[in-house]
Amino acid sequence: MIKVSNLFKSYKVKKKQHSVLDDISFEVGAGQVYGIIGRSGAGKSTLIKCLNLLEVPDSGSIMIDGVDITKISAKELRKERQQIGVIFQHFNLLSSKTIFENIALPLVLQSNYSKEEIKEQVNKMLQLVGLQDFANKYPASLSGGQKQRVGIARALITKPKLLLSDEATSALDPQTTASILELLLEINQKLGITIVLITHELEVVRKICDKVAVIDSGKIIEEGDSAAILLHPKEALTRKLVIEEGFELYLENVKDFYSFEKSSERHIILLSFIGENTYQPVLSNISKATDCHFSILRGELDRIKNTPFGQLLIEFQGSESALATAKNILKEMNVHYEIIY
Amino acid sequence: MSLAIMNDLFTNIDWSEISDASVDTMFMLGFSVLFSTLIGIPVGLILFLTGKDNLLENKYIHNILSFIINVLRSIPFIILLIMMIPLTSMLLGTSLGAKGTIPPLVMGAFPFFARLVENALKEIDRGILSMAESCGATTWQIIWHILLPEVLPAIIASITVTAIALVSYTAMAGAVGGGGLGDLAIRYGYQRFQTDVMLVTVVLMIILVQAIQMLGDFIVKIMRKK
Repeated sequence: MIKVSNLFKSYKVKKKQHSVLDDISFEVGAGQVYGIIGRSGAGKSTLIKCLNLLEVPDSGSIMIDGVDITKISAKELRKERQQIGVIFQHFNLLSSKTIFENIALPLVLQSNYSKEEIKEQVNKMLQLVGLQDFANKYPASLSGGQKQRVGIARALITKPKLLLSDEATSALDPQTTASILELLLEINQKLGITIVLITHELEVVRKICDKVAVIDSGKIIEEGDSAAILLHPKEALTRKLVIEEGFELYLENVKDFYSFEKSSERHIILLSFIGENTYQPVLSNISKATDCHFSILRGELDRIKNTPFGQLLIEFQGSESALATAKNILKEMNVHYEIIY
Repeated sequence: MSLAIMNDLFTNIDWSEISDASVDTMFMLGFSVLFSTLIGIPVGLILFLTGKDNLLENKYIHNILSFIINVLRSIPFIILLIMMIPLTSMLLGTSLGAKGTIPPLVMGAFPFFARLVENALKEIDRGILSMAESCGATTWQIIWHILLPEVLPAIIASITVTAIALVSYTAMAGAVGGGGLGDLAIRYGYQRFQTDVMLVTVVLMIILVQAIQMLGDFIVKIMRKK
């Protein structure tokens, strides 16, 4: 649905060129939720603004359903933008208009809808986002989460094929974030809208993204299925971004602890299971095949979007050959392992 | 009895003259506020829209307009009154009477008002403009559906400030043959030492200013209650 190729963008600051987007290419399939994650200043905000040409790239192409939006006229671009909903970090609601009028705005701007049609559409949207009782209130009387619901309703009122989310949950508390993410997921599944979002919050990727791209200094450094990227990041920077600090510290502690009794027969291994193999009895298979012992140090079971995953931190006790056999079995069963120590 | 005391205290006062002067002042004030607003809003909009990083960014138009406004604002009003006499005669056929004061009043007030409008527009969150652009809005739609409604309470507050500034401008305009309360205060109160006339006109002007401020605040309050 979206195909971005070789996007470049730089700014001139004090006569020096600063590259913001450096050869960005990616594809988003129809109906996907695609996350772009990165630290602040990584260029993700500029990137998402390029997707509806609020920022014009220096070079490269942005194909949306086969139309290169960097090459169309201003009039066609306005039409194209009406097909793309956007939600913002700071909601950007009009304080002078009621919730109803705020949601109706994109339809009013298109000026080919009758009052009745607008009323019907807006009421449907109010229902979808759960704000039926707020139609005649003004934004000032709403909480952050409610404001974002209005923002989402406004973005969806034109029945767009694509929804861009610019840090939509970054100004919200964790609970409200969860409810907004749920709403986005519901919209994605019910209406089949493709969503491209940028975020610096891991939680957002974990909850709703099918695929994720990690961006740093204007470059995509890693891209793929969210579960794969979150659980087995390849790049050091991704690792830093996606592995929670607490867990890294924990691993360091475990390493320290075991360094006192160094032995070639003892290892700390981190196993991660994704998808179906989450439910496989991996450890008992290994211990049946070899004469090694395990003790489990820590374990968790969770989901990344719809993909179940498990992580086990185990202590392995056994000979070199037992370890080799274990590795083979893990490979065979498609379980990712990392020998920590 | 109270009337008798009043007449004793204010021996020089001709109440019918005072009421005529009040009508003149209201006439000058009403029309000058009206025209200053009608001219000031579009000028303020153009100043804003042609500004840096804005929808119709245009350095030349912005700088020229800004310069003209600064020049008009630098001229002391009493000088502007005299400078405007030929233009007023050309426009209205006369530069005298309450009618004749309206062009110089507008010329004195609209640049100030336009700046207030520009500043109010600058206060609007830029995010709202990107939202409007994302919806595929044209520049006209952005002005009509977004900028003007968002800035309306601030415009009402600016009209209030401008109207109050115009109250004292009308007094000055009266001095060069415009009539009104200010004229009365100068002719009787200042030139003929009839302190009571001056006192009455000053009190009336205080009441006028208070009334304008209260009305303005009231409207803004209703609009912002939302």
